[in-house]
Amino acid sequence: MSMRRVVLFTKFERFWHWTQMTLIFILLFTGFAIHGTHHLMPFDKAVMVHTFAALALILLWVFAIFWHLTTGTWRHYVPTSNGLFPVARYYAFGIFKGEHHPYRKTYQRKHNPLQALSYLGLKLFLFPAIWLSGLLYLFYPMWSNMVAGSNWLEGVAILHVISAFAILIFIIAHIYLLTTGHSFKEHVMPMVTGYDEVDLSEAEEAYLQQDELGHIKS
Amino acid sequence: MKFKHSLILMLTLCFSTAYADSSTPKPATAPKHASTSTADHSQFEILKQAFKSGPELTAACLTCHTEASHQVKQSLHWKWEYKHPETGQMLGKKHVINSFCGNVASNEPRCTSCHVGYDWKDMSKEPPAEDNKVDCVVCHDTTGTYSKWPTGAGHPLYEPTVSKGVTVMPPDLSKVAQSVGLPERENCGSCHFFGGGADNVKHGDLSTALLTPDKHTDVHMAADGLNFACTTCHVSTEHQIEGSRYAVNTHDDGKKKPGERRDVATCESCHSNKPHPDNTLKHVKLNNHTEKVACQTCHIPEFAKGGVATKTSWRWSEAGKLKDGKPYSEEGYTQGNGEHLHTYLSTKGKFEYGEDVVPHYAWFDGQVEYNLLSEKIDPSKVVEVNKINGSAADSDSRIWPFKRMEGSQAYDKINKTLVMNNVWGPTTDTAFWTNFDWAKAIQAGMDAIDAEYSGEFGFVDTYMYWPITHMVAPKDEALDCADCHSDNGRLADIKGVYMPGQSKNATLDKLGMLAVILTILGVLGHGLIRLFLNKRGKQS
Repeated sequence: MSMRRVVLFTKFERFWHWTQMTLIFILLFTGFAIHGTHHLMPFDKAVMVHTFAALALILLWVFAIFWHLTTGTWRHYVPTSNGLFPVARYYAFGIFKGEHHPYRKTYQRKHNPLQALSYLGLKLFLFPAIWLSGLLYLFYPMWSNMVAGSNWLEGVAILHVISAFAILIFIIAHIYLLTTGHSFKEHVMPMVTGYDEVDLSEAEEAYLQQDELGHIKS
Repeated sequence: MKFKHSLILMLTLCFSTAYADSSTPKPATAPKHASTSTADHSQFEILKQAFKSGPELTAACLTCHTEASHQVKQSLHWKWEYKHPETGQMLGKKHVINSFCGNVASNEPRCTSCHVGYDWKDMSKEPPAEDNKVDCVVCHDTTGTYSKWPTGAGHPLYEPTVSKGVTVMPPDLSKVAQSVGLPERENCGSCHFFGGGADNVKHGDLSTALLTPDKHTDVHMAADGLNFACTTCHVSTEHQIEGSRYAVNTHDDGKKKPGERRDVATCESCHSNKPHPDNTLKHVKLNNHTEKVACQTCHIPEFAKGGVATKTSWRWSEAGKLKDGKPYSEEGYTQGNGEHLHTYLSTKGKFEYGEDVVPHYAWFDGQVEYNLLSEKIDPSKVVEVNKINGSAADSDSRIWPFKRMEGSQAYDKINKTLVMNNVWGPTTDTAFWTNFDWAKAIQAGMDAIDAEYSGEFGFVDTYMYWPITHMVAPKDEALDCADCHSDNGRLADIKGVYMPGQSKNATLDKLGMLAVILTILGVLGHGLIRLFLNKRGKQS
């Protein structure tokens, strides 16, 4: 085993992450403008931007899902209890005592178990909840006659707003956790350059040096 | 200017204590449409005679237009009676009570000056049966000289008559007969602009401002624009004119086959139910609204435009006050075109007016239910003289704009019903406008239709609703999204629909905000403890 700097986040993954981040910020801003929480943008413009940003994000996610499935990256998110408790314990106590993070990322497992579980929850529940409710909301006129007189739309709207709050909370925690390593920059840079320090097995090291030379630094 | 002349007549008679200067309407003559008729009526021998009366003139019309009289007699303009197909209520001017002059019964000769016939003097009977009692020229006169004398039970003047010191000349019926044509807006307006006794009193969206409006006042009727006549939209078949206030067509898919006759007076009949063109997101969104929001709601942001105010409150309960035993008037309102309007009349009570009025909005399925004498009222609440039916739950309903008229009207304290009043009758001892005695006026009104009346009356506050559909604004004046999609927007009182920007689940919003704030505090706390303990760790 040896620590090497390798490409942990490929070009598409980084493009996906930052585009998604931009779109989510736009959606949060315009969404809360539509909801009437703030008045920094006129309603009609907010609806327009919100709709196009949402459609763009969904398109991005169609590609992202395809990418997860075809590259096998989805395996990074398979939940595991292996090492989950020490990580949780670290954030609750150890971090205050200056302990080291108990998790070492590997080439096959770039997220710690708690992180992977959070992302899985985000991808399997929160994102689908906001898209599904958003699409139902957007295309309400196509099904409104089926539920005439009910308060279905209100239900959809409430689900959408709950999901939005949950995503906002996720973002706050996500950004905060970037500060918990040696430095904020050290946590952010891998998502910019793609490179991160990973404990490689000999086989992995040999494979990368032989076949993916551009993905490993000498 | 003949139209002006007839207006003066109507107004001076209506406000018996009016000043001459208070009833001078702005001179206006709507641009005429060129005749496309294949007949030149001035060439017909039978029309070149000195007609002595309206019925005599009608008899001449009928020699060629053999079916016209029969057709008119099938119309609401003639019958003043309408059996509502949904509610079964018997409506029409013959039966309903409104919050303006009240009722026709017992006031016939005055009220039937707007009947499309001659000599209907008793509402308890059918209109006169003879074919020549139909008034052809009130709708078809193009000279602007023919007008029904306000107290003539539908007849024009036949002799020069002095009214309020002015000698009024009768129309030249021969000339009128030779100049007939399709109805222009003066013809319809001579009654419909003056409902409730004066210009724009009743509807709010029908006034002399529509004779030569600018585009702001009415984009369809603008003289320098489309220049629509009323009949451009209110099409007719066999003298049955489309467009009903009792049973409104709230949904029209707007699809018409080529050459198919339009038989509805809806916006959609021309504009379709996908009226916003091209497929921009905004237009797709707006087209999605048409299922639930009437065109009028966004496109008539205000009514009573063009300088002519509408009456917004009429309190009969204040009527009858006298000064030195004599009726008096006050003129406390000056409308946009400079005319002074009465704010008090001993004959009628206290008035309030509005111009550029923001409508009242309500779900509307097209059915209007009236508070007829058979309905019991609850005097502890504001009584709705007519009820607008509809709800969010009903797929026929759309959100519509209304004029909400506020009133204060007499009612029967024991039987708990509205009552009919005898207001007009210069020579009777019952008419309120002559004698200022409510007890006698109500008794005479109720007797006229053989209605049950306890003899004890009081006054009750009322609302009356008038669907708004005219005075469509140019598209750049239509409501903006945020006019409704915002806190306390225009539709804040509309129930049963979730409107982004306006509808909010306050508890959810509070909980959401709380969760966000707690998260921020949580991470800040976590961070501060880290910072503090790390420092201490380093120091030790």
